[in-house]
Formats: sequence, C-alpha cells, structure tokens
Amino acid sequence: MAIRRGRGVAAINYPTGMNLGGDPTQALVHSTPTGNFMVTLSSVDLGQGMKQIMAQICAETIGVPTDRVSIDTADTDTGPHCMGTFASRGTHRAGNAVIQAAKEARQVMLEVAAEELEVNASDLETDGQGNILVKGAPQKSISIFDVALSAHFKRGRSISGRGMFLIPRSYPEKETGAMKPSTCYAHACTVAEVEVDDETGEVTVLTVKNVFEIGRALNPKMVEQQLVGGSWMGISHALYETTEPYYPNRDHGGTDFNQYLMPGPGDLAETEIIVLERPSADGPFGAKGPGEMCANPQIPAVANAVFDAVGVRIDTLPITPERILRALKAQAAS
Amino acid sequence: MELRKNYFADVRKDGLNEIGQPRPRLDSPGHVTGKTAYFADRNFPDMLHLKMVRSPHHHARIRSIDTSAAEKHPGVVKILTAKDVPHNVYTILILIQIGPEDETVLADGKVRWKGEAVVAVLAETERAAQEAAAKVKVDYEVLPAVFDMEEALKPGAPLVNEYHGQNHYLYDSGECRKVRFGDVEAGFAGADHILEQSYQSSPIEHAPTETTGCVVAPEGNDRFTCYTNTQAMFFTLDNTSIILQMPGSKLHFVGGTVGGGFGGKVDVIVEPIAILGAKLTGRPVCFIYSREEEMQISSPRAAEKVVIKDGVMKDGRIVARKVTGYTDAGAYSRHSPYGAQKGAAHYPGPYTIPNVWIDTYCVYTNRTPSSAMRGFGVTIGDFALEVQMDKLARLIGMDPLEFRFVNAYRDGDMKAHRQPTEGAALIECMQEASRAANWPVAEEFMAMSSYTKGA
Repeated sequence: MAIRRGRGVAAINYPTGMNLGGDPTQALVHSTPTGNFMVTLSSVDLGQGMKQIMAQICAETIGVPTDRVSIDTADTDTGPHCMGTFASRGTHRAGNAVIQAAKEARQVMLEVAAEELEVNASDLETDGQGNILVKGAPQKSISIFDVALSAHFKRGRSISGRGMFLIPRSYPEKETGAMKPSTCYAHACTVAEVEVDDETGEVTVLTVKNVFEIGRALNPKMVEQQLVGGSWMGISHALYETTEPYYPNRDHGGTDFNQYLMPGPGDLAETEIIVLERPSADGPFGAKGPGEMCANPQIPAVANAVFDAVGVRIDTLPITPERILRALKAQAAS
Repeated sequence: MELRKNYFADVRKDGLNEIGQPRPRLDSPGHVTGKTAYFADRNFPDMLHLKMVRSPHHHARIRSIDTSAAEKHPGVVKILTAKDVPHNVYTILILIQIGPEDETVLADGKVRWKGEAVVAVLAETERAAQEAAAKVKVDYEVLPAVFDMEEALKPGAPLVNEYHGQNHYLYDSGECRKVRFGDVEAGFAGADHILEQSYQSSPIEHAPTETTGCVVAPEGNDRFTCYTNTQAMFFTLDNTSIILQMPGSKLHFVGGTVGGGFGGKVDVIVEPIAILGAKLTGRPVCFIYSREEEMQISSPRAAEKVVIKDGVMKDGRIVARKVTGYTDAGAYSRHSPYGAQKGAAHYPGPYTIPNVWIDTYCVYTNRTPSSAMRGFGVTIGDFALEVQMDKLARLIGMDPLEFRFVNAYRDGDMKAHRQPTEGAALIECMQEASRAANWPVAEEFMAMSSYTKGA
C-alpha cells in the first residue's frame, strides 16, 4: 500500500454564446450633464463582474476613465432586452451592444466638441483622461465635462447611443447536422498532478497548470478570479460533487453543505493560470467567453492523472475513493 | 496568472487605456462589506410566505387533494392548486420555438418526480406556511417509475411524460440530433485499431451561495414588481406572461445582482407562482428556496452517458469517430433538449477527423428535471472525449500530449458540422502547457501553428 503519483493532460475548446445563436442583447448609453456616462442594460451580474466589464468597455470606446461610467442593470422597465447571462455570452453579446451604443454617443460628443472648438469632428481624439483634443494640436482641447454641459444647456444635443448585437439563428440540417453553433471558440489545456492513496482510494490534486486562450483579457484580475474559480469547480466535479451518489438510484442525495461534498480550502491544488489571447473576429476587443469552459479541462485531466498514478480507469463521475478502491480490487483480482 | 503576450501578438492591438487594465471592481466594496442589496433584502409590510407541498413519490396519479385542514391553519391566507394557474402547462424554451409544453406549474392529475410542486400555500409567516403545507392531504396512486436512461428507452418502459408520448425528445431530425460527416464505417474499416468506450456522470448541483427566489410586490395599479435573482430578466418575464396569461406590460422585473448562478437560475420556477399569489391576495409574496430545495428540487446538471467509438491509425491519426450521447432530462424538458443538441454541435471535440457520426438523445426519467449548468452539453462530453484521447494514445503507444497535436484542429479545417475552423488556438495552449508543466513534446509539435497546415 502506497501513495502513488500521476499526471494527466486534457485539451478542449468551447463555443461562445447561445448554441446556434439567435440570442440578442441591447444596450443604451447616455451622458449626464457633467459628462459621466450611464449604460442601461437588462443583463444580470451573477457575481462574475459583468457590471465592471461593461463599464470598462464603455469607457474605452468613449474615451473616458472607467470611473466616469455607471451601469444601470437589470430593470425591465428601463433596461433594453438581454437574452440573459448564460452560455458564456454576457461579455461577448452585451459587450458588443455596449460598444455600438458607446460609439454612437461618442460621435455626438465629438460633434458637440467640434462645434465648441470650431474644427471638424473627424479631427478630434480623446486622451482617455476626460479630454477631447485636436489631433496634432493637443494644446487645443476641451474637457468632456464642458462638452456635456454645452450639449445639454447650449447646443440641445443628446449625447447618447443605442446598441444591439444579434447573431442570426442557425438551424441544423436534419440529416447531416450542418449548422453554425457559434462564431468563436475559447481554448484550454490543463495538466493535473495527483497523488492517489491506493489503500483508501483518496485523491489529492497536487498541482493544476491551466493554459486558457480567451480572445482578450479585458480585465486581467477579473479573468484570473473567474479562471481560478472555474479550475476549482472542475476539480470539484471530477472528485466530489453529485446530488445522486448512486445514480441512477435516487437515494442518498445530499440536502445541505454537510452532505454535499465540495473541496474546502485545504483540498485546493496549487493552481497556475496562463492566459493566451487570440482576439476573436466578432468579440468586444476580441474577447471570447471563458466563463464555462474554464471548469471543463480539469475533469478529464484529473481522471487521466488518476489512471497514470494507479493504473485503473474510472469512467464514471465523480471519481470517488469508493470507485477507485473497487477498481483496484477488480484489477488485483484479474 | 500570467499573460503570455508573445502568442498572437501580430493580430492583437495592445496598449489600450481601459481594456486590459486590472481595474478594481466597482461593486466589490459593497459585496465585501455586506452593503450590496440582493432581492431578499426587500421586505414589505404584510408580506406573505409561499411554501410548496411536494410529491413524496417518483411517479404517481393524484386521486384527490384535500386542503380543508390546511386552510384552517392559523396564518394561512391562500392555497393554490393547478386550477388556479391560468396556463398551467408550459415549457420555457417555447420562447425560441422548442416545444411541446410539457411541464405543470402545479401538478395536475399526476406527479412525475419526487419533489414536484403540487400545492402552494401562502401564509403570514414562513412557519405557518410550512405547517399548513404539512396538513394538505394528497391521495396518490403510486405508478411504476423509471430512473435508468437505457431502461427508459426500452419498449414497454413506464411513460414518464405524456406530452412527449415517448421517453425521449423528438427533434425535427427524429429521436436524436444527428451529425453525419464523411463515411464513418469506411473509416473504421481502414483503421489500425478500434476503441469503443462508455462514460457516465451523475447529476451535479450548482451550489450557489444565494438560493433561488423572488419577492413580489403589487404596485396597486394592476402591475406587479418582481425582485428576482433570475439569470435572464426578459426570458423570465415573457414566460411568466404566458403562464399567467398576463400582458407583459403588467410585469416589472428588477434584478441583476445575483449571489451565484451557474445556470441554476435560468429556469422559470419561483416567479410565476409568486406573482400569481400576489395577484390573488393583493399582498406582497416571497418565495425563496431552502437549501434542501436548492439541492434536490432545483434542476441539477444532467447526468450523461457518452459512448465513443474511435478508429485510430498507428501514426496517431483518428480516422473515424462515432459518438452517442444521452442526456438525462429527468421528468421535463426545461433546457435539456437544447443541451443535448449543443453536445451534437460540440463533438467530436477540437480535433480534425474525416469521418464522424454523432447522435445525441434527450431522455426522460422520473427524476428531478435537469437543466442548464455551466458548460452543459459540453462539460461531460469533454470528460469523455479527453479520457478517450488518453486511452487512444496509450493504445498506440504514443505520448498523450503529442497524440493531441497530431489531431488538433487548425484554421481552415472543416468541422463535422460543416463549418470551417476559424480562430483556432488549441495548439498554442498545448505548447504553453508543455512548457509550463515540463512535459516535453517533439520539436515538430512545438513548431506547429493554428494559423496554417504548413507546420
């Protein structure tokens, strides 16, 4: 009886957005009288940070700092339609809608600034700090604060924009299955290293090295929180979780966190996250949706590592100590 | 976390002001100081609490329901049964034309899974609602139940859901969603090795910190405001409008701040019945799942069975792949027909294989309906595919990582569902993993690129 070590690899891809498309999202953007910007949506923040990302996307597009942008979501009386937050679609779909709305608002903003500065709007640029400058002559400038005041009280303009993003729905061909499920795919490769106690069947995940390709890390810290959390969930799916431990038997299902096993902080592997960015053709600043796929590669990587360690295949999830011991017993018997 | 900017630098514009910057989240101070308002922070005077009477049986006919003792329980204000729900038989994906309507808001004549909602009790306090619910007498005639997908698909199996008429979803393509590409049997015939393996998973809970729920307040003008933690505002509003036969203009949903979803809050379960309760009593209503309800009543990730048969050459090329996927929907469709179909689109994984045959089935059994969960349709499929890849590599004596390079898809490769590959990056992920994990592969693989076939 011994502690045995093994490692396994898995590589995956994952579609961004609702399968087969047809899932619209809209956004509205307007400026306040003092040049702050409000994004109105009906998209839902599940805790992943949707509001922050939409603020950064709007800020980048208009050319102001992120703290000049507020997000108003999700009220069906005021927010335009969003299909929902699922299918790794939030950033991609709502982000594109926000870009379109913010571009329209930016155009009005530049037109008002052009009138104030007596130049052509096409000769203006933003400095990202809250000012609009004449290209090549940055001493000639106006603050966005003053542009908004002018628009509201002098020029009678609404600095606002409408955004809409829709990937047309694809219908699978009945006999061949020809279809367009998605327009862009995120990627991942995970290497997991485990120790398996061949006496108790217990698995300890030592390290998980995850490489994720996500199009564009719009906010690297938030990407990290999502990818680390996903990696944890993948390990949890591989080794611990089920509401029906003896499926298809319905008995023995957990009803609270004392009975439903998930790894605690002490069970977490040393986690490494490496991010590559191949911008997608239709993503906001190239972003794809990594929200779901980041929990997928750990499951087979851990399964393959368990085999590498003790030489038995557990092809039924979760890979519990009971299943490992039964497999080891069967292996010894044969 | 490390960003490896050296990959794909030629197609990426860096150096933006706000994008790519690790700005602190605007909402995190509220989250960590307890100041963020969630739906359950709404509290109204005279608010009623809703509790469900649930089926103790996996499959049973309802002979009769007697609510008389419950009605007399102190604090009880209203008791709802199937006849009170204007459009009681519904299905959420009807909004995108995926029918038929196959599920009841409150059971009508039959229950199809243990835990199914039968009677809703509205009372002054949560305790009164719970106690009164226990006094509702339902007379059941227990029916044979089926829990195993293979058993459910056999002739003569108990019929789970009459609205389907058979124990699987009927796609326009027939009993399963199909993908056919190349000639899979010819591929097998020419292969050096054949490997057929079966993989299985069990249902998995989303386990959000915040359980599913809503608080509904009548606005006094025939409109109802529903504070909810749904993941999809208008999807829920529009389904509620159908179920209650109430114009959407009468419904106002407020949400957007949710304590974890993972797909568990894309079903439309608590809002319609809570709004109905508010309408019929004229009082605010809250309906919030207990942890036990979240664990065993709310939809889990579906259990899946995946059978993969591969034909592989000694040099590592997979020449044929046949996948049969089974998704255990439980008693009702919810999002499972979509999930099974997503699986058909995902197989055979990120590999270029000339001959592919995919069948994915959505199967009905007498268990808690499954539905959306992070990656559903793909997550369990990836487990099966990637364990299969490991087995294939070992079968032909090849390094498992190198084996994946041999088969990895690249830009321009035709996928089984007949879309050319665009924006591939699997190879680069594997190259970086090789370095990070100190898992060396042959130089020819480290020199490959997703851009072209000319490695």
